[in-house]
Amino acid sequence: MDTVITAPNKTATSTPKPTVSISGSQAVLDALLAENATTIFGYPGGAIMPIYDALYDYTNQIKHILVRHEQGAIHAAQGYARSSGKTGVVFATSGPGATNLVTGLADAMIDSTPLVCITGQVFAHLLGTDAFQEVDVINITTPVTKWNYQITDATEIPHVLAKAFFIAGTGRPGPVLIDITKNAQLQKFEYSGYEKCNHIRSYRPKPIIRKSYIEEAAKVINEAKKPFVIFGQGVILGKAEQELKAFIEKGNFPAAWTVLGLSALPTEHPLNMGMLGMHGNYGPNVLTNECDVLIAVGMRFDDRVTGRLDKYAKQAKVIHLDIDPAEIDKNVQTTVPVWGDCKETLPMLTQLIQPNNHTAWINRFREYAQQEYDVVIQNELNPTSPIMTMGEVIKTLNELTNGDAIVVTDVGQHQMVACRYAKFNQSKSNITSGGAGTMGFGLPAAIGAKFGAPNRTVVAIIGDGGFQMTLQELGTIMQFNVDVKILILNNEFLGMVRQWQQLFHDKRYSFVDITSPNFVQLAKAYHIEGNSIKDRSQLKNALQTMLNHKGSYLLEVMVGKENNVFPMVPQGCSVAEIRLQ
Amino acid sequence: MKKEYTITVYTENQIGLLNRIAIIFSRRKINIESLNTSPSESEGIHRFTILINETEEVVRKLCRQIEKQVEVLKAYYNTEDEIVWQELAMYKVSTDAIAEKVKVERLLREYGARAVVIRKDYTVFETSGHREETDRLIKVLEPHGLIEFVRSARVAIIKSSNGFHEKLKQFEQLEPGEEVIENEYLSKQAEVFSM
Repeated sequence: MDTVITAPNKTATSTPKPTVSISGSQAVLDALLAENATTIFGYPGGAIMPIYDALYDYTNQIKHILVRHEQGAIHAAQGYARSSGKTGVVFATSGPGATNLVTGLADAMIDSTPLVCITGQVFAHLLGTDAFQEVDVINITTPVTKWNYQITDATEIPHVLAKAFFIAGTGRPGPVLIDITKNAQLQKFEYSGYEKCNHIRSYRPKPIIRKSYIEEAAKVINEAKKPFVIFGQGVILGKAEQELKAFIEKGNFPAAWTVLGLSALPTEHPLNMGMLGMHGNYGPNVLTNECDVLIAVGMRFDDRVTGRLDKYAKQAKVIHLDIDPAEIDKNVQTTVPVWGDCKETLPMLTQLIQPNNHTAWINRFREYAQQEYDVVIQNELNPTSPIMTMGEVIKTLNELTNGDAIVVTDVGQHQMVACRYAKFNQSKSNITSGGAGTMGFGLPAAIGAKFGAPNRTVVAIIGDGGFQMTLQELGTIMQFNVDVKILILNNEFLGMVRQWQQLFHDKRYSFVDITSPNFVQLAKAYHIEGNSIKDRSQLKNALQTMLNHKGSYLLEVMVGKENNVFPMVPQGCSVAEIRLQ
Repeated sequence: MKKEYTITVYTENQIGLLNRIAIIFSRRKINIESLNTSPSESEGIHRFTILINETEEVVRKLCRQIEKQVEVLKAYYNTEDEIVWQELAMYKVSTDAIAEKVKVERLLREYGARAVVIRKDYTVFETSGHREETDRLIKVLEPHGLIEFVRSARVAIIKSSNGFHEKLKQFEQLEPGEEVIENEYLSKQAEVFSM
């Protein structure tokens, strides 16, 4: 069969639609085609075999990436969604196949990543009988999905999948899981075509924007002496990068970003004051507690950003722009809530604000930046010791990529260093596990990111610990020739935990001393070229070789074992108590 | 200050939604005092009545989390004076004990109770009312051997509500009117931005 189910021409609603008899599995694939979701990350198994059987006939329209573990599939789909702005799609089988998705679902849920995961399930008549590979996927995944649904009858497939894509991709995006019993996949039914969903009566993804709030917010902003803009991933998800830029430029507002907001504003933009939070920049943290108006755009006041809440920005009036009403007043009391899509609310605000310069206020950020440079950054980027730092690796990488690469990171010290020092010129360039902090995210997410943005260079920066959590995905890279540059920053420790043990647990290094295999040989076993270096003199060339290499490449850089990431807001402290050393 | 709040949730009638709503409470270690699901005044729309003891701030955040669920149309919370509420209670006692020691007639009158079943061996009474009222009857019956007792969840009518029919019509439209999506942010007392 040469795919595309050509049955139903959409005719006038009064006349009955023509139908064709197809299987539930075919309906699934037809839905994916209709949603233009033609890249799937998955792994087959017993309960999803009918869908894989149907997929066999769709391989010239749908690209299926066979991963090595379902966790790899979902992280890859996350990377795909984050680099492309589209909804990522995952296939997995029932039981362990589905439970292996849970970490990725939790990660996508907290990081608002649009995903549609399709899991196979045992036959409907076996539900609740403890059948082979039966788990209660719906209930297991309820807290980590925006929506989930079990299909037991094929006739439900078209409209449920339409709902799934609509829910995943609109409003505050998130993961959706659809569990389809095997009988529904096999069942033939009369199919009248796929209709996209654009309305669910109980779901309002697009809030109605209240003019009065915009006006009130503009009034507060116009009266501000020390306004400060903090932004998050909402700007990227809302495709409002230009709107944000216009807003801060008109008012000359200093702006700082959360980890997930990184790359929404070019690094070199003069109003980009850097990163917020625990390992963020000095000025943005200290001055959060000095600004008079805090304008939060598409961010959720995570505890890693706010530090101690009862000492967070208490002096400031807070304006919170968010699409999710549950975020407003959740952690920080708002003075003026601006509920809506920031793609629309930002321009409305920009129109009402007066141009300003705020020079003295902006200079305060520059002064703090200088102090931070002198105490922290200078040494991190231009160390005098013979041992390399993570920061200088990122700096050299910046020089070679010119800030045009997509940087995917794992979780830990290297992640914070990469976020602090990597340079970005365009949006959707920083892909990392922010809210969940999932070690093992980096490698599979980089694979997905490459499929989502095939024309861009993708560099996966990963620690020696996190790499060993999902290194089986080297097999995926090998099989599909995925051009991912893997940069392992090896400090021979679980570095972030070690840093905390050093600072807060009397240097009691409890189980953070991790040994690694020979990563280059390991890569070689997967036919991936690689190199390992420990001398600064080799750094630039080694990075250049990696970037120039045709196809995937693994470069291990040995860095200082006991280097720490600073500045740091210790847990339980206010952002103003940020420590430089 | 913690108080008794009655949360009313209008939802689609969907398998699994009870779990989705329940875990919003359990995740935050908040005990549900009582929970009732039933049809509502609007066809096809389900109504949850949930009773919890919490501060208003917590209750407001919970309602927003509940409303965030895809299949939830609307969540309201009310204090006791804003609702009319009832609970149903049933009592099973030995018929002999009742006949001998307690004046059935008096019970029926004083507590508004009525006998649902009278058998040779036992009698079942039911009454409805506020918690204190149904509790009082337990006290009266206990000395005579209360064999079984059960009380239903709270059901509540919101005094100021105009029902859900009009809202539902709006929700069914692609672009509902402003009035239907109430502004959750405006404080109830004054039309100012005080949260």
